[in-house]
Amino acid sequence: MEILLVILVGVLYTAGVYMVLRRSILKFIIGIIFMSNATNLLVFLASGIVAGKPAFVDETVQNASKIADPLPQALVLTAVVIGFGLVVFALALKLKFFETTGTDDLDQLKKTDN
Amino acid sequence: MAIALPILFPFLLILILVVVKSNRASQLIAVSGSAALVLIAIYLFFEVKSHGILTLDMGGWPSPMAITLVVDYLSVLMLIVSAIIVFVISIYAIYFLPGQHKSTKFYVFFFALAMGVNGAFITGDVFNLYVWFEVILISSFVLIIMGNSKEQLEGGIKYMALNLIGSLLFLAGLGLLYGKTGTLNMAHLAQILRAEEQSVLINSSTALFFIAFGIKAAVFPLFFWLPASYHTPNITISALFAGLLTKVGVYALIRFFTLFFVQDQTFWLNMLLVVAGFTMVAGGMAASAHYDVRRILSYHIISQIGYMIMGLAIFTPLAIAGAIFFMMHNMIAKTNTFLIAGIIHKIKGTFYLKDIGGLLNQSPFLAVLFIIPAFALVGVPPLSGFFAKFILVKAGIESKDYIIVAVAVFTAMLTLYSMIKIWNEAFLKEDPNDNQSQSKVVKLGFMHFLPSVILGLVSIFLGLFAATVFDFTTQAANQLIDPEAYINSVLNYTMP
Repeated sequence: MEILLVILVGVLYTAGVYMVLRRSILKFIIGIIFMSNATNLLVFLASGIVAGKPAFVDETVQNASKIADPLPQALVLTAVVIGFGLVVFALALKLKFFETTGTDDLDQLKKTDN
Repeated sequence: MAIALPILFPFLLILILVVVKSNRASQLIAVSGSAALVLIAIYLFFEVKSHGILTLDMGGWPSPMAITLVVDYLSVLMLIVSAIIVFVISIYAIYFLPGQHKSTKFYVFFFALAMGVNGAFITGDVFNLYVWFEVILISSFVLIIMGNSKEQLEGGIKYMALNLIGSLLFLAGLGLLYGKTGTLNMAHLAQILRAEEQSVLINSSTALFFIAFGIKAAVFPLFFWLPASYHTPNITISALFAGLLTKVGVYALIRFFTLFFVQDQTFWLNMLLVVAGFTMVAGGMAASAHYDVRRILSYHIISQIGYMIMGLAIFTPLAIAGAIFFMMHNMIAKTNTFLIAGIIHKIKGTFYLKDIGGLLNQSPFLAVLFIIPAFALVGVPPLSGFFAKFILVKAGIESKDYIIVAVAVFTAMLTLYSMIKIWNEAFLKEDPNDNQSQSKVVKLGFMHFLPSVILGLVSIFLGLFAATVFDFTTQAANQLIDPEAYINSVLNYTMP
């Protein structure tokens, strides 16, 4: 299971970087979505995944090391929500920019440099 | 409980400001609220002075499990300076933010930003720091595009792009760090990482954090978002960003690299030293090539970040004390120069230096106000910048880092050059369109100047009482170099 997820993280990062480097703002945002999901999976994986065990303990559980760690789940949940909010804002900004200037081409964004 | 006030109080103000409709009322609440923030910060300072490091475990869990809030000397000094900046900008916004209907909306995000910055300064948990960074990010996104002009949207996209990637790297770094150590509490991390030698494993996290905070702090190869976006929003918002945002990144670098990224330290400190040198020179050179006041000042922020990183990279108690002193001085003086750029714009209607002039005759008071932060930034005694640079250079010579000292002194010349350029062009030179515009010179009331006067007085105060302030920054540096006290006061009862 881990090896599949590791490959998935790699694929998502690759796709994300490729999309971020393209010229369209929309594709840039899609790239950010890929990378943000890859990062969430990475956080989840790095802390070790446990299959089929609950994250909470009651008195019957003898050995706490055999259950799933609840903290990375909480972290990823928070990070997913934050990432979602940021992507929504980015899309709204892109829409506003498109309405104002009529372009989606990052190469046209040269007015504020130098 | 008082420790949580720098976070809870702005949050309360946000809740009030969301429902307040009247413009006047929201301005009154904002100014009195931010004045109260200054008082809270000063109260915390005296608490730290008498009781040592303050900690608070949120949610009633014991320490490494809970989200811990920690206030030590570094945090509290940063809290005071940022509260002063928030206070003066809440006054400044009344007079310099255009549009009648915008005040209420502006103050909501203004205090969201203040809350995020305060939270980042006092949190003792890496993931919590990530959350505060996101609070800062989202409120600064909204502030930077507030005017909805074409330029602002473009600057907003550039600002957003690099900062989103920065926060993704931050999250990846903390995920890997948690995987290796099983904790995200800073004191607990310090205890684990200082005891073990597994530099190969930790370096991947260190590199990710280095890049993430490097983007926030706008250090050498990663600063391009800053000059592309800082000159687009209203000058009130530029001033706020200039004072607070990049410094949070520097604060995080100082906190992380003194507290727990001590594996492979020689490599990382040399890296920081090289980055510091390039940051200073690149920012200073670029600043001297421009003629728009806001662009000069934006590039100049970058060059000054280099000094703070230099202090961290030399890594002696004296150097870190110097870096903290420099940070306090720079936040005050830099914000002040932006405020004065706004006043110049108000009087002349443009930021472009070639189109303005003759301000020395038209407003001698403004000239005096400009001289104070400009001389402070250049480092003329007895203003704050002289002592800050002097300490850094002395620390550099003591630890035999002569190259960085030479770079720092050279960059001081570049700073002098860009400040003299603003002075010559805006104040000394004759007004290029003298005949037509003489009649419509805008007269400003004292209230327009008040924020700049306050910051100027703080700059002078920091210079005159440099010994006292330096004493406190030395104590802050000692707490950072030897984090035993920090670790113990966070983990005191729970860990063996």
